[in-house]
Amino acid sequence: MKPPSALRSPDDPPDVPGFRTWRGIYQFVFAFFVLCVLALVVIERLFA
Amino acid sequence: MNLLDWLVLIGSIVGIAAYGTWRTRRTNSLNTYLKGNHNTGWMTIGLSVMATQASTITYLSLPGQAYENGIAFIQNYFGLPLALILVCAVFLPIYRKLGVYTAYEYLGRRFDAKTRLLGATLFLLQRGLQAGITIYAPAIILSTVLGWRLDLTILFTGLMVIVYTVTGGSAAVNLTQRWQMAVIFGGMVTALVVLLTKLPDGALSIAGALGKLTAVDFTPDLRQRYTFWSGLFGGFFLSLSYFGTDQTQVQRYIGGAALREGRLGLMFNAVFKIPMQFCIVMLGALLFVFYQFEPNTPVFFNQTQWLHQKAGPEGGRLQAIEEKHRLILADKRLKIQAWMAARQGTEPSVEASSKTAMLAAQRASDAVRKEARDTLRAIDPKAKTKDSDYVFITFILTQLPHGVIGLLIAVMFASALSSKAGELNALGTTSTIDIWRHFRPLAAQDEARNVHNAKWFTALWGCFAIGFALFVSFAENLIEALNIVASIFYPALLGVFVVAFFLKKVGGSAVFSAALASQTLVLVLFFTGKIYPAHEIGYLWLNPIGCATCVVFSLIFQAFIGHSDDSEKAPIGSSV
Repeated sequence: MKPPSALRSPDDPPDVPGFRTWRGIYQFVFAFFVLCVLALVVIERLFA
Repeated sequence: MNLLDWLVLIGSIVGIAAYGTWRTRRTNSLNTYLKGNHNTGWMTIGLSVMATQASTITYLSLPGQAYENGIAFIQNYFGLPLALILVCAVFLPIYRKLGVYTAYEYLGRRFDAKTRLLGATLFLLQRGLQAGITIYAPAIILSTVLGWRLDLTILFTGLMVIVYTVTGGSAAVNLTQRWQMAVIFGGMVTALVVLLTKLPDGALSIAGALGKLTAVDFTPDLRQRYTFWSGLFGGFFLSLSYFGTDQTQVQRYIGGAALREGRLGLMFNAVFKIPMQFCIVMLGALLFVFYQFEPNTPVFFNQTQWLHQKAGPEGGRLQAIEEKHRLILADKRLKIQAWMAARQGTEPSVEASSKTAMLAAQRASDAVRKEARDTLRAIDPKAKTKDSDYVFITFILTQLPHGVIGLLIAVMFASALSSKAGELNALGTTSTIDIWRHFRPLAAQDEARNVHNAKWFTALWGCFAIGFALFVSFAENLIEALNIVASIFYPALLGVFVVAFFLKKVGGSAVFSAALASQTLVLVLFFTGKIYPAHEIGYLWLNPIGCATCVVFSLIFQAFIGHSDDSEKAPIGSSV
């Protein structure tokens, strides 16, 4: 049985489908940021 | 605005305010008033953080900024996702673990009372000034749009926000921000769709060729305001300050049901902030294209001011500029069409020459707009000649269908309401917890009195913001003015938090002196740049410089002073 969410420690899993750890979520956010920058560069080159 | 617009406008605003007030009518606990409801879920926290960050200035000023300078401002947000990861991993768990009301309470426990007071004072100073800017912006724009007197719209907006915040507190802010965001997104998407239907073919190519789609600039030049590097490093430190040390943000996410809710709320912002801001700056770039083909494009977008001066004795000069602008715009339109036709052909030299002609026409158009601003300033030295904040509102009022106009005006009010409510709530909270309770420690247990005082402080800060907005005018673009104020007062504060989290051997006296020294350095750098523009560095760079010097000075001072622990409680975990 899972503990109530308010009692969980910082290292508890995030309960997000597809992510087992917070580190995984942070990596996803970072990868998404890199993708955003690349997309901006592509848009700029495409229409310059 | 017709009857339908007024019905939509009043219905939306009253509905949002009434809902928040009704749902939280029995808020009498300090914990609920100051931190919000502990049942708040991650989506509400995420939207609340986003709404507090995105004020009316964002929706009005950012498209205008892109209209004028292209979408390069997006680089300002490059450090944000990385900063939010650090806030989630380090700052948030500590705040939650300690159960603090304000971020500065942590400084008192980690260092001492004077460092806590310094942190709270820097925040209050910075946010108090920003509150004056954020309330000023919608008021001046609405006064133009609705034809009301400026002082009346400032008072109207300000008093409405005070009542809304004081009667409901954080929970009301959180509850209604979900709906405000829905209104905002609905309005912005509608404006974008309408704009897209009015654009010519190849609009993105036109924007790109005229330099409006330059998004990422890798030039390593400290003097340039927005580059990849200033956005990544300066933006990282600025965002870390905003989200990790600014009570308006901290208050949004420490009030969640659990650590998970706060973290997911922040990660929601880390993912969606750049795409959302991209949509807004793209709206500005596309507005630029739209106004190349619109016959009635004004030479100066603040039409109330323009028409007021045009009716005066110097009206002839302004009329001559208008005529000149009309001819240049017509010529530019032909040059753009010629370039578009040349792109379809197979001769690269024809395309190159037509592009050169188009760019020359663009320079002529910029020159006549500058002439219009200079003439206005010559006629009235006190005139506000920054008209980019009026570009989007002009589009709304002249191009959108009725009903949608009312909705978008409602969006601006809702956005102003939520942003102001969040700000005032945090200012009231910090004043009560970090200043008033510090001087009246015996009153700390009297919860009803604390809530009562927090409400009074909230109202007081609301009045300060109204007063500031009534008596001060700004030379900078409004969205930049906000970030400049933050970049002046945040770096030292962030440095104190960085020392608190990562340098456990540094004590209160050392970090206090270091914060004062780095704050002085930042002020000297900023004002030197204003006096000697050739030596001015981009304001985003003040953030890493101020933070780094605070950390370095702390270590140096600590080596001289030696450790003396007079923290308010036993030293707490600084090793994370």
